[in-house]
Amino acid sequence: MIKMQDLKKDFTVRVKAGRFRRLKRTVAAVDGVSLTIERGEMVGYIGPNGAGKSTTLKMLTGVLTPSSGEVSVCGLTPVPQRTRLALRIGVVFGQRSQLWWDLPLRESFELLRHVYRVPAAGHATRLRRCRDLLDLDEFLDTPVRQLSLGQRMRGELTAALLHGPEVLFLDEPTIGLDVVSKQAVRSFLAELGRTGDVTLVLTTHDLADIERLCERLVVIDHGRVVHDGSIEALHARYGSRRSLVADLDRPLPDGFTLDGTTLTSVTANGHRVTFTLDSVTAGVAVAGLVAAVAVRDLSVVEPDIEDVVARLYTER
Amino acid sequence: MDQRDASVPTISRLGPFRASVATFGALIGSGFRRYATYRQATIAGTFTNIVFGFLRCYVLLAVAEQAAGQRPGGYDAEQLALYVWVGQGLLSVIGIWGWTELADRIRTGDIAADLLRPIAPVTAYLAADLGRALHGMMTRFGPPLLAGALFFPLHTPQRWQTVPLFALSVLLAVIICFGCRYVVNSTAYWLQDARGPITLWTLGSGVLGGLYFPLRLLPQEFLVMLWLATPLPSLLQAPLDVIAERDGPALQAGLVVVQAGWAVAMLALAGLLQRRAEKRLVVQGG
Repeated sequence: MIKMQDLKKDFTVRVKAGRFRRLKRTVAAVDGVSLTIERGEMVGYIGPNGAGKSTTLKMLTGVLTPSSGEVSVCGLTPVPQRTRLALRIGVVFGQRSQLWWDLPLRESFELLRHVYRVPAAGHATRLRRCRDLLDLDEFLDTPVRQLSLGQRMRGELTAALLHGPEVLFLDEPTIGLDVVSKQAVRSFLAELGRTGDVTLVLTTHDLADIERLCERLVVIDHGRVVHDGSIEALHARYGSRRSLVADLDRPLPDGFTLDGTTLTSVTANGHRVTFTLDSVTAGVAVAGLVAAVAVRDLSVVEPDIEDVVARLYTER
Repeated sequence: MDQRDASVPTISRLGPFRASVATFGALIGSGFRRYATYRQATIAGTFTNIVFGFLRCYVLLAVAEQAAGQRPGGYDAEQLALYVWVGQGLLSVIGIWGWTELADRIRTGDIAADLLRPIAPVTAYLAADLGRALHGMMTRFGPPLLAGALFFPLHTPQRWQTVPLFALSVLLAVIICFGCRYVVNSTAYWLQDARGPITLWTLGSGVLGGLYFPLRLLPQEFLVMLWLATPLPSLLQAPLDVIAERDGPALQAGLVVVQAGWAVAMLALAGLLQRRAEKRLVVQGG
């Protein structure tokens, strides 16, 4: 569905170097990205600020011309075939509005039907579905300029989907949203992905979006792909493990070990201990611990993806 | 897979031409409704147009009193009054002032949203601008003309073809003006900020478009050059001379023909600049 081969985008930056002199400097925003994304995949595309995420998305949607490399989306070349491609993709830029500022959502949607030349029946079905899933009804007649950010984002998502796109590009769709709105957007996208018809590429800084939605995670930094695979693969690569946290009646006896685990922290005067599970399952470790000491409370903690990604970003 | 991918789905049962017309019509409607939202601005603008109409009308009538044969630039007093009041009505229909939407969207990077639509930006903006002009024609054109007719004797068109020619001339003027504004605004693709070119345009179109004084007061040779070599006299001077019947029937129609040429030229130039800009586009702001 999407193919990128050694895709590059350079920008020229002029730096002041004297009263009249300007030095030209070339900055590679995207520096040789090669990726293939199949139909129905949901891909999370993450990276630190300035890594080249949005630039890649703009090249995929035909807004920016690549400096070099090849790119094809739905079998079309984005820039020369931009208007044809636009009929088949949906795009949401979290920081920009695609709606008409002065018009109510209802009229924007109706206008989009004409712009995309969608038959009325299909348009109505999709709109009804979005209205149900995203609770649009209460602000459908409010001009876009008066909507709250969360309402507007729900409107933007609907606008991007009304022509039944095959590929959906979302650039930070949950930026600035509150917890409830984020949940609404995520469950809506999850619902959309369940059908398997829509290919979804999502950039975000909120890793919970990725955990909820994307099987595949692509991490980009300095314009290059540094990781491509599942979230589990990323954990495995950076050796992140689950851990067992236990509250004890009495502090652990000196020299206590639990097979296949490492004791990583002891807090609360020795009453709370944390073991990292190296080579045993949680069940075995729990059984071993309960057999050895009196345990008041237990929990198994999943590795935090934020920590892994933070490590990935700082490890340059 | 790729073979299937490359085929564009037929998603409309209408023929391509009818579908294009429907799309264009819907965009015109959107431009109309966007401007119809701001009713107080419409009322305030109309009132201002009328007030300035009185000023301009008295100044030009005073000039006519002093001029040799009382026909400055070949207009009699009634033609001058019509020139002023129709001009005041057309100001916001043609809209030489204050359109910076495209430049603003380029500066902020919102232009990306326009490029993501399955329609060429020049076409989409032209349709929206025609909607804006239609709204102007329905709300802002009538009141100044009515005020003028109440307080001054106005010239009444004598020829049958004057009114249809005028309608065509106004439509062409709107298109030419749109083309000029689009070109001026799209300098922002290269300059990031188009305020300089926009200021030049506002000054140039006002002085050389026939707003501040009838261009017929200028020397003949200069005027012909200005009319043929720049689109500016085709903006206001041409439709006003058509309705005031300043010239004989042949020249009256000739003015509209020159306008048609400029309309085509300006749209072509706008399209060319847009294509050039897309090749080097940098979307600002993330």
